[in-house]
Amino acid sequence: MADMMTVRLKVNGVAHEGRCEPRKLLVDFIREDLGLTGTHVGCEHGICGACTIIVNGESARSCIMLAVQADGAELMTVEGLMQDGKLHPLQEAFREHHGLQCGFCTPGMLMTALDFLRTNPSPSDREIREGISAVLCRCTGYQGIVNAVRAAAATLRGGR
Amino acid sequence: MKPPKFEYHAPRTVDEALALLGRYGGDAKVLAGGQSLMPLLNFRLARPAALVDLNRIPSLAFIEESGGRVRLGAMTRQRTIEFSPVVAQRLPLLKEATRWVGHLPIRTRGTIGGSIAHADPSAEYPAVLTALEGEVVARGAKGERVIKAADLFQTYLTTTLTPDEILTEVRLPAMAAGAGYALEEFSRRHGDFAIIGIAAVVVRDGQRCKTARLATAGAGPVPVRLRAAEEILERDGLGEAAIEAAARKATELVDPDSDIHASADYRRHLTGVLTKRALVRAIGVARG
Amino acid sequence: MSEGRWIGKPVKRVEDARLLTGRGTYIDDHPPVANVCHAAIVRSPHAHAKILGYDTAAASAMDGVAGVITGADVARHTKPFSVGVTAPVHYYCAATDRVRFVGEPVAVVVARNRYLAEDAAEHVQVGYEPLAVVLDPERALESDAPVLHEAVGSNLAGHRRLVYGDPDRAFREADVVLDERFSFPKYGSTPIETYGVIAKWDPLDGVCTVWSNFMGPFIMHPLTARVLGLPENKLRFIVPPDIGGSFGIKSSIYPYIALIALAAMRLGVPVKWIEDRREHLLASSSGTDRVAYREVAATKDGTILGMRFRWLDNVGGYIRSPEPGCSFRPTGNFVGPYRFQNLEVDASVVMTNKSLTGPNRGYACGHLYFETEGMMDRLADKLGLDPVDVRRRNLVQPDQFPYRTPTGGLYDSGDYPAALDRALELARYDELRREQAKARAAGRYFGIGLALAVDPSVSNMGYVATALDPQFRAKPEYLPKSGAVDAATIKIDPLGRVIAILGTTPQGQGHQTVVSQIVADELGLVPQDVTVVDEMDTFTRVWSISSGTYSSRFGSVGTSAVALAARKLKAKLVAYAAHLTDVPAESLEFRDGAVRPRSGKGPAYSVKDLAGRAHWNTESLPEGMEPALQATAVFGFTVAKAVDAQDRVNSSNTYGFIAEVMAVEVDRDTAAIKILRYVTVHDAGTIINPMIAEGQIYGGALHGLGGALYEELQYDDNGQLLTGTFMDYLVPTASEAPTIDIAHIVSPSPLTPLGSKGLGESSSMTVPAVIANAVSDALAPLGIRINDLPMTPTKLWTIMERARANDASRVVSGAEPKSGDRSRVAPGAAQESGDRSRVASGAEPKSGDRSRVAPISGHPRSKPASRTPLQ
Repeated sequence: MADMMTVRLKVNGVAHEGRCEPRKLLVDFIREDLGLTGTHVGCEHGICGACTIIVNGESARSCIMLAVQADGAELMTVEGLMQDGKLHPLQEAFREHHGLQCGFCTPGMLMTALDFLRTNPSPSDREIREGISAVLCRCTGYQGIVNAVRAAAATLRGGR
Repeated sequence: MKPPKFEYHAPRTVDEALALLGRYGGDAKVLAGGQSLMPLLNFRLARPAALVDLNRIPSLAFIEESGGRVRLGAMTRQRTIEFSPVVAQRLPLLKEATRWVGHLPIRTRGTIGGSIAHADPSAEYPAVLTALEGEVVARGAKGERVIKAADLFQTYLTTTLTPDEILTEVRLPAMAAGAGYALEEFSRRHGDFAIIGIAAVVVRDGQRCKTARLATAGAGPVPVRLRAAEEILERDGLGEAAIEAAARKATELVDPDSDIHASADYRRHLTGVLTKRALVRAIGVARG
Repeated sequence: MSEGRWIGKPVKRVEDARLLTGRGTYIDDHPPVANVCHAAIVRSPHAHAKILGYDTAAASAMDGVAGVITGADVARHTKPFSVGVTAPVHYYCAATDRVRFVGEPVAVVVARNRYLAEDAAEHVQVGYEPLAVVLDPERALESDAPVLHEAVGSNLAGHRRLVYGDPDRAFREADVVLDERFSFPKYGSTPIETYGVIAKWDPLDGVCTVWSNFMGPFIMHPLTARVLGLPENKLRFIVPPDIGGSFGIKSSIYPYIALIALAAMRLGVPVKWIEDRREHLLASSSGTDRVAYREVAATKDGTILGMRFRWLDNVGGYIRSPEPGCSFRPTGNFVGPYRFQNLEVDASVVMTNKSLTGPNRGYACGHLYFETEGMMDRLADKLGLDPVDVRRRNLVQPDQFPYRTPTGGLYDSGDYPAALDRALELARYDELRREQAKARAAGRYFGIGLALAVDPSVSNMGYVATALDPQFRAKPEYLPKSGAVDAATIKIDPLGRVIAILGTTPQGQGHQTVVSQIVADELGLVPQDVTVVDEMDTFTRVWSISSGTYSSRFGSVGTSAVALAARKLKAKLVAYAAHLTDVPAESLEFRDGAVRPRSGKGPAYSVKDLAGRAHWNTESLPEGMEPALQATAVFGFTVAKAVDAQDRVNSSNTYGFIAEVMAVEVDRDTAAIKILRYVTVHDAGTIINPMIAEGQIYGGALHGLGGALYEELQYDDNGQLLTGTFMDYLVPTASEAPTIDIAHIVSPSPLTPLGSKGLGESSSMTVPAVIANAVSDALAPLGIRINDLPMTPTKLWTIMERARANDASRVVSGAEPKSGDRSRVAPGAAQESGDRSRVASGAEPKSGDRSRVAPISGHPRSKPASRTPLQ
């Protein structure tokens, strides 16, 4: 196709290069071209948050970004959260506190919580709820997620 | 829900961007934070021939204070505004309003210029621009012009910007030291656009009101400056009766529409309720 | 009942590791077949229109397009689906002659990728002749209403009048009769993962393989095979290991399975279709919207003598199986937890130009209890009794179990008064009433609501036949239906570790974890020693027609199959050990992970020891013993019987109980509802994993709250969906979700080996009732009672304003007149409440509404195409 464009980016520290139409959504590029299917598509209009990833250090919805916009960017997806074979404290806390059921919103929830705790390391429950309101979950009623984020915050602060 | 085909350009300067807009003669769309335009593309409700992406123009992202006003580059992210010390100090109303804009991962991408140019009347920033009597800078092929808030919004999602212009900057007068402020919003869920939002600023002198500023979100096709309600406070002071009268007046100044989330009557009623709540809170934090 | 080392413990889920690290395998992650092409579905922009023709030439010629199929292909190459009624409704997997709702599939474009498929779909031309539209179920039954299905002749898909006991006499002899009109909204559960189907056709083998995130096979596998003209053993359904939520909604994916399979068969390429969110909201599935007329007859002391239900259930443009379960799925528990014996149910299943309906969490029980519990409060109010007392007076008593309901249900176990007491205690009910008195004195709208519900689990598929006349069912050619079956296989390897294989299709319920707990307890292992495979493949799994993961089945029927398979294996190990030691099998027992002498004296044989010997040395097996250590158990409830001639049916198999109390405050100025306290007490028998159980309760409650306050599939007068995006269809976020005080009462089921019952639908069926009752109580000073959901702020404020504007002495908003004169009560109340619903809808959008601009989905931000350059 004449209008294919090259996209070079880093995902979870690994350099990738691909070619795609300018209209290709970043989430489709990540899933289809890079084979990283941990990031999920839930609404394709920026509301449900399932596709949330970290773009240059900040959370963003990859269904309302174009792949070409991420040229040169550093991304992090759920696949990059585990380090040295160890679950991230957020992942541990989600498991411990039943912060997931079907797991479909979970990648977006984790990425959102990661960014949220970076800006607010000691949140109140109300602030946690506001923070994760960015992602829709239909299984948990959110309580397990709130408990998990609260616990992870404590761990990340080194409180426990 | 995949976007239709379009050409894509990521210019490095405003001049390049303007040249591209000129080349497409109105068939191109400017892409800022993309938090509203991208959904429209995915729904195929917007079908531009090309996107001119401003995200790689560094000169459009800045916050600067000088001469009693704060200038914000159009591509300044909402999240940057949320955490900006200058905004916290000089434009605390803008900071408070930012917390109501979508959610964290929206604000990381969303920009002040994009939000204002998109001109959603239920969004927070147009209300703040209106309440603070701000202005925007538009650059076009023929040069630069400054548009006052009152002259910017035409109707739903429509401004007086022309298709070959780019909103490059938002200018807001710094709020007076000690000014009271509040943004009260009622929405059905956290993070939604407002059913009704009220931005309020009060500069007080004891029980007297030196200046009052009130503007709406969600109360009509454009943000509404509630000047007649402000005048009641400036004339009668900040007592309970004056607040009640201003709130009542506010309901008369708006002409909201019905939609699936709220009836016009309910919106009008909420305009009064939230005007009162915003004023009470603003007066509570005002010094002087 | 089984108390073990692992059962009853909050064991962390084995599923979580993969799901937390992005290694789950959902349908869209699935590359099961090479060279797959992608489908985009062309959908009707009209709510009702005749199809005049198709022009697919332009689309077919486009870049990357593999082909197009239309309704004409569907009509030529498939049969319509069987439906659950006798009316001649021809429901195909895509529209063939007419479209009957906006979003109905009319053609499928298959291309190299989804982007190209959507491009080409825009170029498929379909000619339409628009027809008049009808959306309201009452209007649809009027004689001059537009008729959707000419062959049916009206919009009535089915109608049954079911009579149990002598309701006429109950109403004649009653001291008090109340009646009321209710309406329940149309909402779904919008799992975050949408539908997905991948189909491959092998013309040489004649096998069609379909991967999908379906919850079946259930009855839909045979239905789909018939539609495609395939023998059932040539249609293979495979479900990937992970499904991103369902809540009943994905049981209605099967027409798309047929459609995508047809595309693969006709076009000769494997085809993948992932539903997008717009498609999901337009045309997946939802519960019915219902208009209900309720009557209750009672004595002065609050004893209920009988009830009458009259329902109009709106199933949309066609009736899609398992509908009309909307009306009949709760048949056995129509009476809820109450003892009354006289009931008349008049159920009309109505077709209109809305999208199709099906099971949605709590399937029809949210409707049922919203009405019943609303009537209980009205009765209490009428008699000047506390709502608690009226309920208590009528509860089935603990010594009555197993309790046969007048409608054929067999409540297996329970202690309803104890659960109610526990809920009141947790909620500090008396204290709440005192707080309420204070709040009212201060002019605040503070309310307390109650709701009780029998929570049915494991549908007996025989209930569906309640929709058919007894005369029809009595015909010799009619085949009765009944059953609730699931299977499990357990294998012990030579080192004594276990693999358990299920044919279930969990959507987040943690089957692997729960099964590992059960097997570990049964075989004396630790859960880590048990690998659980829970992927459905109709070619390799043991299953029967009712198999699948729906109607809260797993906690009851699935776990039973697992326990029985383990017990079979244990018996085999005992027999083998007896042979090895040359003692009578009766002298041995399986205890603490080993076969041991009952006497306690003598050697024990561990599972590992026995497994090694049995696998490595088959000569050591006793004569006649089958080699290898594996057992398959198929568990079926013997209480699942076909509906009888009097329309009685045990529509589910285990029946739990829910008691809830909620306190709310309604903002005087904004009408916003704030939940101050919410208590829910559940009795689901033995709880296998309390952490998972609690998660189900939280999730179910929020589904109920979504329907009660936020979520509704709304249409304009032309049948265009107004809530076609997640900006307008409001899924509650964490900020709207309440915290919940949860407690359990345990009345083990005598029908299941572990004493467990289902719990998955849980509070989804009680929250609409409990919050409506709480808000009604809060607004009682205004004379307001909630008959309509959702309670949006704008609707509520409108009602409150009207009440406040009226003279306080005037009766408003459906509150019945104070006198007990029933001739006044009946029409007056119905009239008033009907009037109220008009007021509420009067607050709904007029023609200038912003959300109606988009042609199909009604995207909210789409007003005039913006001319502003920067966004």
